[in-house]
Amino acid sequence: MRLNKAVSVYLATALMAAGSAVPAWAQLKIEVTNGVADPVPVAIVPFAKPNTGDGGLDVASVIEHDLQGSGRFRTLPRTNMPATPTQPNAVVMGDWKNAGEDYIVVGRVVPLDGGNVAVDFDLLNVLTGQRVAGQRFTGTPTALRNAAHRVSDVVYEKILGIRGAFATRIAYVSVDGQPPAQKFQLIVADADGENQRLVLESRYPLMSPSWSPDGQWLAYVSFENKRSAVYVQFVRTGERRQVSARAGINGAPVWSPDGKKLALTLGGSSGNPDIYTLELQTQNLTRLTDDPAIDTEPAWSPDGKSIYFTSDRAGGPQIYRIGVNPGDRPKRITFTGNYNARPRLSADGNLLAVVTQDSGNYRVAVQDLNSGTFRVLSKGHLDESPSFAPNGSTIMYSEREANRGILATVSVDGLIGLRLKSDQGEVREPAWGPFAP
Amino acid sequence: MRKILMVLMLATALVSAGGCASKKPKPGASQSTEVGNNAGADAAGANADAANAGNVGADDDVAGPQGGLLAKRVIYFDFDSSDIKGEGNDVVAAHAKYLASHTSTRVRLEGNTDDRGSREYNIGLGERRAQSVRRALMLQGATEGQISTVSYGAERPAVVGNDEGAWSKNRRVEIVYLGPGGQAAPVQPQPQR
Repeated sequence: MRLNKAVSVYLATALMAAGSAVPAWAQLKIEVTNGVADPVPVAIVPFAKPNTGDGGLDVASVIEHDLQGSGRFRTLPRTNMPATPTQPNAVVMGDWKNAGEDYIVVGRVVPLDGGNVAVDFDLLNVLTGQRVAGQRFTGTPTALRNAAHRVSDVVYEKILGIRGAFATRIAYVSVDGQPPAQKFQLIVADADGENQRLVLESRYPLMSPSWSPDGQWLAYVSFENKRSAVYVQFVRTGERRQVSARAGINGAPVWSPDGKKLALTLGGSSGNPDIYTLELQTQNLTRLTDDPAIDTEPAWSPDGKSIYFTSDRAGGPQIYRIGVNPGDRPKRITFTGNYNARPRLSADGNLLAVVTQDSGNYRVAVQDLNSGTFRVLSKGHLDESPSFAPNGSTIMYSEREANRGILATVSVDGLIGLRLKSDQGEVREPAWGPFAP
Repeated sequence: MRKILMVLMLATALVSAGGCASKKPKPGASQSTEVGNNAGADAAGANADAANAGNVGADDDVAGPQGGLLAKRVIYFDFDSSDIKGEGNDVVAAHAKYLASHTSTRVRLEGNTDDRGSREYNIGLGERRAQSVRRALMLQGATEGQISTVSYGAERPAVVGNDEGAWSKNRRVEIVYLGPGGQAAPVQPQPQR
């Protein structure tokens, strides 16, 4: 078992082809901590590409970036490659064994009739010589990045046995300017921060974005009417609908696993926040908590039968769970420390992510719901808003750095951390979208 | 403050030195919506004007009374507390007296927190502070119909910063005087209790 000393690797993001937006994520810093991390050595050989004047997207570079950034792989620098095959039968296994690689990926970008392109790849096991996987992804030239991420997903899954989450999207809030003249934006981007799309812009606060399970809608809170209200918005067209603007707090919307309901926080005119579920089709409202404490920040269990939430009924915020049928009594879930808030569940229902207070710092932690083990994952002073990747292996969250908010990820075993730095201003509240259907 | 300005200037320099066509996310014409200043568009091309959808009964802020303590509109709080302390009591007393003698005057209380911890929980804490001021005003002569509350949690800081100097300025309730124009009506029925 090799131990890796702490290594900082700076990768400049690949510039996109002419005609596309230059990424606003200027720098990706990968930190691999001391520990059991045994990254799998894999060579991603530059793909063959059509002779277009503008050079096209470097597909292999996107795949390298995905796999290296996951912390589970160590990709071979191009200067160390013994050759640059693009077909599986051109690979001389002995050369790659000598280079220390366990796997090699070769591929080709192929233009198709009608203007589409295909990305073909082959994943080969260097030690056995076997072709482990190979596939073709087709699409428009502008979807080439997505095809590259799909390749990364296959490579990740074939080698690690866990579904990859590279071809997914995130939503987050970006804030520019200084109070009282701040500008708020809700943005959707690829999970690596590229391909940013503006969903909503406002002079008033936006918060709490939440994806529908089919990845087509976002729910969020907007203060555009000088008070909080919950909206749902169809991302592709921008069509939006106000779903709750009741007196008092309207907050923390989260979609049910079947996509038919929102759980949310309502405060009423007495200002006492409690948890409700709202059926979107009928507008039927069901009250779940009735307590003078602050009850907020609901999160659904993956089977849709329970809701976890933050409550300070015991003095300080802790996580509780309640059944979705009214009348059930909440059960306390977290007992470590004095502050646990903002619950989120992994897709398999085994892990609960929270914001916890840890020696005076606010950090992201996970609690194993089966064993009760509690583990602090992040290392910042003001970390918040954890969101699981749909494969449950990584958590994205926001952290404050020198008065600016940035997004970061940490693996659920705590071994791998990554920061996404942005030129954009302050970014916060990431919501990791589901797998593409 | 200088440190914040320096960080801002540096950030601005970075953005403008980039020299690239667009650092900002692309607003797809059919995908983005702008609200808060009565602008909006959807794929069908119609002006969704989404900001007006809930604007029924929205209040306009006015200057309000300015004499003596009435000019003070901000009450500050200790960490994790919604207790009104010190000068805050005097400020509340002054506004309560004014409201008691001007029974058609209305105010909105805006509750805020510092930015530590979880955002929606902070919305709850900001509301708790606003409700604390509301109760104190009503105990001293204001009526329920004169007071509305909103919590911004940590979303509208007065001062940006990561130290107690900034945090103490953000843990506050602001008293905003409202113009005439009828009671602000919720768009939907209130939750059943």
